[in-house]
Formats: sequence, C-alpha cells, structure tokens
Amino acid sequence: MPKSLFQKVWDAHTVRQLANGQTQLLIGTHLIHEVTSPQAFGMLRDLGLPVAFPHRTFATVDHIVPTDQLVEPYTDPLAQAMMDELRKNCAQFGITFFDRASGKQGIVHIVGPEQGITQPGTTIACGDSHTSTHGAFGAIAFGIGTSQVRDVLATQTMALSALKVRRIEVNGKLRAGVYAKDVILHIIRTLGVNGGTGYAYEYAGSTFDGFSMEERMTVCNMSIEGGARAGYVNPDETTFAYLKGRPYSPQGAAWDAAVATWKSFASDPGATYDDVVKIDAATIAPTVTWGINPGQGIAINENIPSVETATSDDDRAGIIEALAYMKLPPGAPIKGTAIHVAFLGSCTNGRLSDFQEVAKYLKGRKVAPGIKAIAVPGSQIVALQCEKLGLDKIIAEAGFEWRAAGCSMCLAMNPDKLIGDQLCASSSNRNFKGRQGSTTGRTILMSPVMVAAAAVTGRIADAREVFAVSNN
Amino acid sequence: MALAKITSFTGRAVAVPGNDIDTDRIIPARFMKCVTFDGLGEFLFNDVRKQLDGTLKPHPLNEPRFKGATILLSGANFGCGSSREHAPQAIQKYGFRAVIAEGYAEIFFGNSITLGIPCVTATREDIAKIAAAVEADPTLEVTIDVTKQEVRFGGQTVKGAIRESARDALVNGRWDAIGELIDGLPAAKTTAAKLPYLAA
Ligand code: SF4
Repeated sequence: MPKSLFQKVWDAHTVRQLANGQTQLLIGTHLIHEVTSPQAFGMLRDLGLPVAFPHRTFATVDHIVPTDQLVEPYTDPLAQAMMDELRKNCAQFGITFFDRASGKQGIVHIVGPEQGITQPGTTIACGDSHTSTHGAFGAIAFGIGTSQVRDVLATQTMALSALKVRRIEVNGKLRAGVYAKDVILHIIRTLGVNGGTGYAYEYAGSTFDGFSMEERMTVCNMSIEGGARAGYVNPDETTFAYLKGRPYSPQGAAWDAAVATWKSFASDPGATYDDVVKIDAATIAPTVTWGINPGQGIAINENIPSVETATSDDDRAGIIEALAYMKLPPGAPIKGTAIHVAFLGSCTNGRLSDFQEVAKYLKGRKVAPGIKAIAVPGSQIVALQCEKLGLDKIIAEAGFEWRAAGCSMCLAMNPDKLIGDQLCASSSNRNFKGRQGSTTGRTILMSPVMVAAAAVTGRIADAREVFAVSNN
Repeated sequence: MALAKITSFTGRAVAVPGNDIDTDRIIPARFMKCVTFDGLGEFLFNDVRKQLDGTLKPHPLNEPRFKGATILLSGANFGCGSSREHAPQAIQKYGFRAVIAEGYAEIFFGNSITLGIPCVTATREDIAKIAAAVEADPTLEVTIDVTKQEVRFGGQTVKGAIRESARDALVNGRWDAIGELIDGLPAAKTTAAKLPYLAA
C-alpha cells in the first residue's frame, strides 16, 4: 500500500506499543538548548539514570545569549548560570556542545541543518516548539516538553500517539515580492491557529518543489503556529544537494547509500491523506499580522479588521482583544502604521538567503530616523557567510545594528527587548502579547524584505512599492 | 515507578476565560531564566495579573474568593505556542491539579498529562454552566471524574472528555511514561540497529 513519508518514518522508528496504546518511538536525533534542558538533566540525576545514546544528542546555546556581549561572564547572572549549567551537563554526560568558542553556535534549528545533523527519513526531537523546522528535510521533527527531554536523554525514545497527515499543496509561481514567509502566514491565516491540531502537515506542490531548503525551513518552522505538531517536505535533489559535504553528512560510499535510503522515505504516489488542501500560489500576497496570534494576518493592502468584519462570536472576541492590545484603528489600512523597531532574525528568517535578499534592497538606503533596527544572524556560520559577502556592511550602512548570533528579540530572553508599547516589524514567528520582552510591546510579523521596507520608511509598507521589488 | 492512579479529582474551580491563551501568557519567557522549575507558580499568568511594579490588576486569580481553587477553567486552544513545560509546571506549582477547557494545543496537553494534570475537554456551554455555578458560589466543589469522563458540580453532570491514551495513562497510574520507556530500552536498541543512520 502506498504510504506517506510520515507513515514510513513512524513505522521505521516504532519500538513497540505501550500499555495505554501510545507508541514508544525511537528518536534518532536529539537537539537541546539551555532553556528547556537543565531541569531534564536534574530529573536524570534524581533518578540516577545515564544518557542512553549521548552521541545522538547535540547541544547549542541560543535563547539567553547576549548579541552584543561575547565575553563571559554575561552581565545577566541568570543567563550565565544557564550557560554554565548546559556546559556542565554536556561535559558530564558526553554530549557534543556547539558552544560559542566552536564557531558553530547558533539557534538550534539553524545549527542542525547547517551541520548536516538534520537528515531525511529520521526522527528528531528538541525541547522547543519550532523543531518542526527540521521537517524541511523530510524528517519528522517534534517539539517536546522538558519531561520528554528527560525521556529522550534516558532512553532515546518517547511516548507518542500517531498524527493524522494533511497534505497542503501550493502550486504555481509566487508573485514578485512574495516569499516563503508569506506562504506560511497565508496558510495559518487560512486554516487557523488550531487548524493543525492532531496533524502533521505535508507541504507539497510545484511551489515547494521550486523552493530552496531555506525557504522550506521557513515554512516548516511555523507549522506549530498553525497548531500542527510537525510539518515536512519530501526530500528531493534540492535536499541532497544542500546536505552534500556538510560535517555530519555521510561521506564517500556511505553518501550514495544514504541518498538511496532517503529517497525511499519520500511519500509514495497515491499515498492517502487524512485531508488535502490546495492553494494557488498566485493568490498569496505579502502578508502581515495585525493581532496577537499568528493567524490574525492580512494582505498588506487589506484593512485592519473591525468588529463588523467578524465572522463569528469567537472571531469578534478575538478582534476586540487584539485591537485593544495592539492599539490599532479598526478598519484602517495596516499600511502606514508607524513602527519603532525593526527586527531581522530568528529561526524563521535568520539565514543567509534572508540577509542576501534584504541586502539587495537595503543597499544605498537608510533606516528612517528614530527607528531602532537590529539584524541578528541565526548562527555564527550565517554571520560569517554574510560577513564574507559584505552583507553585514550593507545592512549596517543602512542603519541596522549587526549583532552576534542568537534568538535575540524573537522572545527577548536576552537584553534585546522592546520598551513600553513600542511596535516592532519583525521577521520572527510569534506576535503573542509581551512576546518581545515588554508586557505591552507590539509585534507585526512579516517577511524580512517587508521588515526592511518598514525600517526605511518608518511605517508598515508594501515592499514592492518601496523597493520596486521584482523576484530574481 | 509507582505513580498515583488519577481516577477523579474534587476541588474548587476558577475560570480564566478566553481562547488561544498561549504559553507566553501562562508563563512569560523572562521567568524561564532558571535551572529548576521551583518557584514558577508565583509567576503564573504574571503579566495579565500584575502591573510592572507588582501591583495587582483585575484578574480572577487575584480575587480572594477564588483563592485555593485547584481546577482551572478556560476556552479553546488553551496552551498554544511554545513547547515550554514551564507552563504546566507553573499551573501545577500554583496549586492547580486539573484543567477543564474547550480544547488544548497538542504539546501543552502532552506535557500536562506527563505531570499528572488531567486536562479534560468540555463544550463551551458546559464550561459556561460550571463557571456560572462557581461564580455564584466560589466554594462549590467540582468533581472531575476521569474514569467516567464527566464533570459534576452542584447536582449537575456534564461531559468532560479526555483522549483515551491519556485517560488510560491517568487512571492506571502510568501518566509518566519513563518507567515503561526504560523497560523498552533493549527493544529501542534493536530498532536503532536496523536504521543505517543510527547503526553507524
Ligand atoms: S528564534 Fe525564537 S522561535 Fe526560534 S528557537 Fe529562538 S526563541 Fe524560539
């Protein structure tokens, strides 16, 4: 019977059925960071358990690292304590740690792919909801809680119930100035923030076939914002070309064998799905959020919703709450809304191609007066790649602060925070209340090029007009 | 590891209404700068409960009449967003033992069950009935019967559904899977040996 990639990977990694009907699933690759792992190591110590497969866990530090201070001890003693704890745990249990001194540190979801650790046909878990990013490679990747981090450390397995699979097909060519970020914001807006509950999303269609790995990662990254536990793209030649020659990729004869195995995991033609959704790429516009969850999005030329536009009582309550928090005028165009901060970065859009695209348009432009603009590469390697190409200079000359790698203002656990009710044009993935470090701070999510357009005009703008954008 | 069999729970309830209450709201990220979960309870719903200077905002959890409530009532898609276990940990450390909502985000639900927090699903109308009864009498005892999948309060009974795997795990005292997973470690090694990327 033809099977989907999800079913094949699930079957290959099933250890056994548990008494409650869940599956004990083998987790091939485990990624950890400083925020959600210390308590798990604490639990291991309390139980007197060793790490079962230490060579299959990889660590990095991303959430709390200051992006303007490289030398330890960090000004924030709590951040330093978390750093020390991770270092100690990795040393004690024999886990590879991509520490800052290694030159390979960065946001965990950028480091895995970059190192070739993220591979097709594998299972991946990480105590972080954006683990879905790794699905871009045809892996089934789960964000997990700390008790499950403990489970994976102790047994390299976890207890899970199988997911349903929804195939989301996007076909056709994106219009000029429309990016992968717009595709996922559009999908979430269409299917809702809990539309994916109980599902893994399989992204397919000619639009995805034509996407680079970085574009696929941007989409898979935000699967969780649509409520899906995992999201993936079937592996193809683009995937293999990306992985070839990476530090943890198979080498020599093992490479050909691995590619053959990887291909065998791709969904079979005729596989059945629990649901299928089709979207025409040409209908997707540059999309921005206006509210307090990632599903509250509109095309750049649309107006901010008002209670009159509500489609249900829930929608109405959601609009009232969001407008009150965002302090935006109902029914007015979102275009023209004044911003205070522009943030480029995060595991959604902190990769080389994001900065390349932005630099293309920022060249010779200036950030509007009074706007604080920061650009944070997702990893030290991304930073180096950008610096080699001189992108950092272009971006800095335009008036962005060029920072060191980390999560930074995506969730502001480090010193990069909004102040008061500042409004931030952000390339990150969450616009929840208080997400960017101020309890009244406001976030509008968009593609990196749209962030650049907002930065140079000081307002939410249509990048296609500001930069005369044309794809390629 | 012997775990308690969680078949039913009785306590007082408090409603924190709203849909899509995300884990950033349940426990803001800045309180995750910690290496243990101890002390998180104090910061549950911090930014909607307190002003920056620590003074209290109007919020159900700040009302003296709801002090000591151990059952949390909420809306749809509760616990969406980040996978942080800090969220159910904060709920538990604050003193809650069970949640009744219209629905849950996946990761939050799994994390909560692993901590032995029954998260039952009821319809909006039924939650409104419970909330109204509790509003009228905050000392009212609410019983969540996990075995029978119902919620009883003030002489009324409504459905309180819970996914079968979670129900089984709670009532049979296997909500924390670690013991069973360790039993399966030899089998896990066999499975790993069959996968080229793990066998190598
Ligand atoms: S960049 Fe943001 S979403 Fe991504 S891992 Fe870091 S904090 Fe989480």
